[in-house]
Amino acid sequence: MLHTQQPTSPTRTRYRLLADRSAKLLFGAAALFGIGIMGILLVRIISEGLNWLSLDFLTGRFSTAPEKAGIMGAVLGTFWLLAVVVPVTMVVGIGSAVYLELYSKNGRIRTFIQTNIGNLAGVPSIVYGILGLTVFVRALGFGSVVLAGGLTLSLLILPIVIVAAQEALRSVPSQLGDASYALGGSKWQTIQSVILPVALPAILTGAILALSRAIGETAPLVVLGIPALLIPFPGGILDRFTVLPMQIYYWTLDAALVADYAHLAAAASIVLLISLFILNGSAIYLRNKYSMKA
Amino acid sequence: MTSPIPASSSSTSIRDLIRHNQNQKTFRKTLETYIPRVLFLLASLSVFTTVGILIILMTETIEFFKAVPIIEFFTGTVLKPLSQTPEYGILPLVMGTLVSSGIAILVAGPIGLMAAIYLSEYASKRVRSILKPALELLAGVPTIVYGFFAFTFVTPLLRQWIPSLEATNILSPGLVMGVMIIPMIASLSEDAMRSVPEAMREGSAALGATKLETAVKVVVPAALSGIIASFVLGISRALGETMIVTIASGSSKNFTFDITESMQTMTAYIVEVTSGDAAAGSTVYYSLYAVAMTLFATTLLMNLLAGKIARKFREVY
Repeated sequence: MLHTQQPTSPTRTRYRLLADRSAKLLFGAAALFGIGIMGILLVRIISEGLNWLSLDFLTGRFSTAPEKAGIMGAVLGTFWLLAVVVPVTMVVGIGSAVYLELYSKNGRIRTFIQTNIGNLAGVPSIVYGILGLTVFVRALGFGSVVLAGGLTLSLLILPIVIVAAQEALRSVPSQLGDASYALGGSKWQTIQSVILPVALPAILTGAILALSRAIGETAPLVVLGIPALLIPFPGGILDRFTVLPMQIYYWTLDAALVADYAHLAAAASIVLLISLFILNGSAIYLRNKYSMKA
Repeated sequence: MTSPIPASSSSTSIRDLIRHNQNQKTFRKTLETYIPRVLFLLASLSVFTTVGILIILMTETIEFFKAVPIIEFFTGTVLKPLSQTPEYGILPLVMGTLVSSGIAILVAGPIGLMAAIYLSEYASKRVRSILKPALELLAGVPTIVYGFFAFTFVTPLLRQWIPSLEATNILSPGLVMGVMIIPMIASLSEDAMRSVPEAMREGSAALGATKLETAVKVVVPAALSGIIASFVLGISRALGETMIVTIASGSSKNFTFDITESMQTMTAYIVEVTSGDAAAGSTVYYSLYAVAMTLFATTLLMNLLAGKIARKFREVY
């Protein structure tokens, strides 16, 4: 039996083109779907919270009375938290990346550490919370203070920072390093004054994205026992503290008891989202600009 | 830092000079020896983190299994840690976790994949340069905000269509988690599709195939390993997600398939126990580690599986 292909009929062609065009619409709608939901989320949060967003709210202390409540404590808490997370993640993150990319000679150790970092990146954040609770809060006896929270969040975002820094180091043209060696530069001199400065913008971009993850993170802090009802402002890394996500969490949970808490949670969400969008947006913008040049 | 050149310098050859300098213990040389060691220590911190997590979870889990038989834990369908006659079965939590993650992947899988096809096959460079950063911003929304959204907006909205829906239920956080992992699946799947060589698309187009036919019959099959890996990673992310389910699904330890009911996930249980006053050393306290160990092992296996799929079945062009 001879099996021959039917010549394509005009109706079939029309059908195939129609399918193609509708698929384009459908796929485009799918690509816009998430963004549409984000739009609804934003509209919803803004309409719930905008009226509650005032200077008093931004500078006020935490209070159980909705009309008096403010988020200054949480904002200060976030800054103290960053005072721990930024130095720790930058030193350890860049240091690890430099070792893995430029020093490690033993392929096996390198692969082992690299695989390990990859696996750590997939560990749920709440498991880091349990690590922090057991090691920093209880075993080392820090209590639920900035230092414990900062170290826990540092461990959480380190894999992201290391991988970003590695990619940044890899993208530095090797001629630059070779030129430094040719001028008699030692290995560390080359890294310190040639390779790192070139890689720095890309490293920082990755670090900003990772930091914004730390700022928005809630689950590990809940496990650490970070309070939301905090009256005194934190004044150092050994003080108890709270952050915006924790306040949003408690206000959302208690919205069933005090209806206005939902508005406070929405207002605090607006502040959190604006900060994160500015951070993420600038990082994404810088990266796109930077990668176009390279 | 360098010491003066030996007195007989007029008669020393350059080679002697070099040898002399090489023997000098300068600060810079000490630096060159110690820097790699310090950096190695920093890099091994990640290994210590893993070891720390494993040791903590295992020792405390073993303590837990001294009080509760391991079989009872993994086969029990009743979880009543605070009752007079406590029962520790993890299956209600497993069910809650699987159901919420299942709903999430049902949302995020098809939508993420279609979005990836659009971005990789249809979108112009300009459209992509707007859509991709927008998706990244979506990925940057904190989970606590999604939780607030699920609890105060999605649940009330769903209740208009499903009157029997409880105020806390597993359906709403499942759907919202789906939205949360769309960017992840879209971005990873798109990467996989874009690594399919242009020649294969051109070959397909030359045979008269439309873009849709090329996408569905050539590009997606060629990128399938990467796409499946992105799904597995998405599920793993949903399994470990905490705040959305904690806020919107409540803490009823129901062993059920009814998605309109409140169900507790493993992560939400950990939050409940740690924010309560479980005394260190009590069985309730140890149960938190046993649940965390189960969660950790599951997500680790999923991530390893994703890596294996991506590597093993990758077409090499």
